[in-house]
Amino acid sequence: MYGWMGKIIRVDLTNETIKTEPLNMEDAKLYMGGRGLGTKYYINEVDPKVDPLSPENKMFFMTGPLTGTFAACAGRYEVVAKAPLTGTIGACSSGGHFGPELKFAGYDGIIFEGKAKKPVYLYINDDHIELRDASHLWGKEVPATTDELVKETDEDAKIACIGPAGEKLVLFAVIMNDKNRAAGRSGLGAVMGSKNLKAIAVRGTKSIEVAKEQEFLDACMRARKTLKDNGVTGAGLPTYGTQILVNILNQSGAHPTRNWQEAYYDKADDISGESLTKNYLVRNRGCFDCSIGCGRVTKIERSQFTNFGEGPEYEAGWSFGSDCGINDLQAVCESNFLCNEIGMDPITMGSTLACAMELYEKGYATKKDIGMDFPFGSTDAIVKLTKMTGYREGFGDKLALGSYRMAESFGHPELSMSVKKQEMPAYDGRAMQGIGLEYATSNRGGCHVRGYMTSPEILGIPTKMDPAVTEGKAATLKIFQDLTAVVDSVGICLFTTFAIGLPEISEMFRTCTGLDYTDEEVLKLGERVWNLEKIFNLKNGFSKKDDTLPPRLLNDPIPAGPAKGQVNKLDVMLPEYYSARGWDKEGVPTAEKRKELSLN
Amino acid sequence: MSKILTIYPDKCTNCRSCELACSFHKIGKFNPRESAVNVLFYEEAAISVPIMCMQCEEPACKKVCPVGAISRNENGAVVSDPKKCIGCKMCVSACPMGNITISTVTKRILKCDLCGGDPSCAKICPSGAIKYEDATISNVNKKKVLADKFKDLFAEVNE
Repeated sequence: MYGWMGKIIRVDLTNETIKTEPLNMEDAKLYMGGRGLGTKYYINEVDPKVDPLSPENKMFFMTGPLTGTFAACAGRYEVVAKAPLTGTIGACSSGGHFGPELKFAGYDGIIFEGKAKKPVYLYINDDHIELRDASHLWGKEVPATTDELVKETDEDAKIACIGPAGEKLVLFAVIMNDKNRAAGRSGLGAVMGSKNLKAIAVRGTKSIEVAKEQEFLDACMRARKTLKDNGVTGAGLPTYGTQILVNILNQSGAHPTRNWQEAYYDKADDISGESLTKNYLVRNRGCFDCSIGCGRVTKIERSQFTNFGEGPEYEAGWSFGSDCGINDLQAVCESNFLCNEIGMDPITMGSTLACAMELYEKGYATKKDIGMDFPFGSTDAIVKLTKMTGYREGFGDKLALGSYRMAESFGHPELSMSVKKQEMPAYDGRAMQGIGLEYATSNRGGCHVRGYMTSPEILGIPTKMDPAVTEGKAATLKIFQDLTAVVDSVGICLFTTFAIGLPEISEMFRTCTGLDYTDEEVLKLGERVWNLEKIFNLKNGFSKKDDTLPPRLLNDPIPAGPAKGQVNKLDVMLPEYYSARGWDKEGVPTAEKRKELSLN
Repeated sequence: MSKILTIYPDKCTNCRSCELACSFHKIGKFNPRESAVNVLFYEEAAISVPIMCMQCEEPACKKVCPVGAISRNENGAVVSDPKKCIGCKMCVSACPMGNITISTVTKRILKCDLCGGDPSCAKICPSGAIKYEDATISNVNKKKVLADKFKDLFAEVNE
């Protein structure tokens, strides 16, 4: 067995039974691993109509064949389950050291079924697997849970866990691993909480083998060299982290501000990567096998609850910063630290706060509703309300539903800047037509990492496309989405694609697994994953009407800045996109396309 | 003087690429447990320290080896001859720095042998935390950091 370990763990939480079974290699050859294979397993076993927070929902922790090897940035694993925030398939990628350790223990993945009677955690140490009582950990935040588990299992164990937010079913709770890395969007932490599953601790000492040693080594060394020589992965990200994008996007007039009422923030530099590096950066940190090292260990001087942690990433810095009209970087950092510690998605958290601010300023939500004055720029309040959301206290109980359900409860769902009830991140879909199309068509709702159109539209990777035009966006997005599905399924980091592309990734995949796919066939694997996810969502009742954007992006022109006057022209791009995908006018994969991809 | 592996913990990002590179060089598989370099991680200080055999001038492992399996090679690496090694593990106990372990794959001692003069860990390290260089270069660099501080100090005084 090359790349894959050939074995998965199946845990029935209801009956407290654990067994191991061989990996389904037929599916692995068609869906690789991680996001693709996790989704395939999910669809084989679970009814799409299942309630995400019921025992009938299952969770799949899946690594890819490249995870834990020498391939470029190969520290990734995915968690797949039906997502409580969106109701779509939820697939979340995370880095750190947890995924590789699971492979070193001898497994490609873990399946969780049912619901435990009391809080438990799973401990894996090579062949030894057991469910243990986690009552003493319930209620503990991520850092304390992680420290405690390392103490009571193995000092080299790697931990994935939920914080209080996951336990309390916050609809955008995350699964944190290695303290600061998150399987972050659409609320999979709440699925874990609904199962009374607090954590997984894993320790492994086995080896991962590859099919063609020398060829694999050569392919990896070439890819790593390309990453090193590239301006984004070799200089920009290591020096400033992802926050380097603040000034870049703002100067393009594509930096949503004050709940997307504007797209340019005059104080953006105060919260930029440059400011973070200058004032609060302690050191860079890389995930397992990472040659980029975009992670930021940061420490602030003024805080209400916590002053040390990692981040923020660009999207978290934006959500608590520009989107809330806040230029106080320390408050932004602290809100982000709190999300990591309590276990929440900072994109949805910050965006939901921004939405509440607009509801407050427009008079739809009152001081009595929120418990405090809450105009844009309420610096101390965002920190407090972030904490209250994680523990579902006061108004935090309503914020815990995400912006769509929260705004809907005040009668104004249109002020939620979300797609399929998941908040769009820090790139304005009016200034950048392609990213707007990406949000509308993403299989897990508003999301930037399902085909990162910022690369061509802003960064000029692989070639520069004018962000303001619609021409060519549909076809390009399709390729980006399919390639991203490959990246998420083989187990490497999406950030590698700033520097390397399909040929390099395919070569690592081929020489690792020994499978003789052409580059085109590898991209087809990604297309298969994308269509599989789409079919799941269709079976679950999603349709063309859900492939849309908030009215603000379609109707309200950007009021000022470099992209002044623009709206998103989704009506032009969506038919082109469906056509590029080989789907019918309603966005349903045709019989022909299904046959081509061997999908039913 | 021959080159040595020098470490710069302030640059280490804890990515552990060195551990993968080492195990792949030694056994053709990926397994940090089978690596002769290990990264120790201190979370609060945000520091990670790669540790490997220092190729001592007076190697305790060599002295204690009952069958004379350990010697110094032309690259200055202290190496064990697998044909002579009987797997008694005396060297593991003798190493004052804990830099010798036993491979679960080969059942023989696992220590840094400088990869025949081109160490994989230094070659792969993306952040410059492990280098293979003349000992004097490392010293000069450290002296330079200190000297820079003096320069800044005197520049300030003279202002």
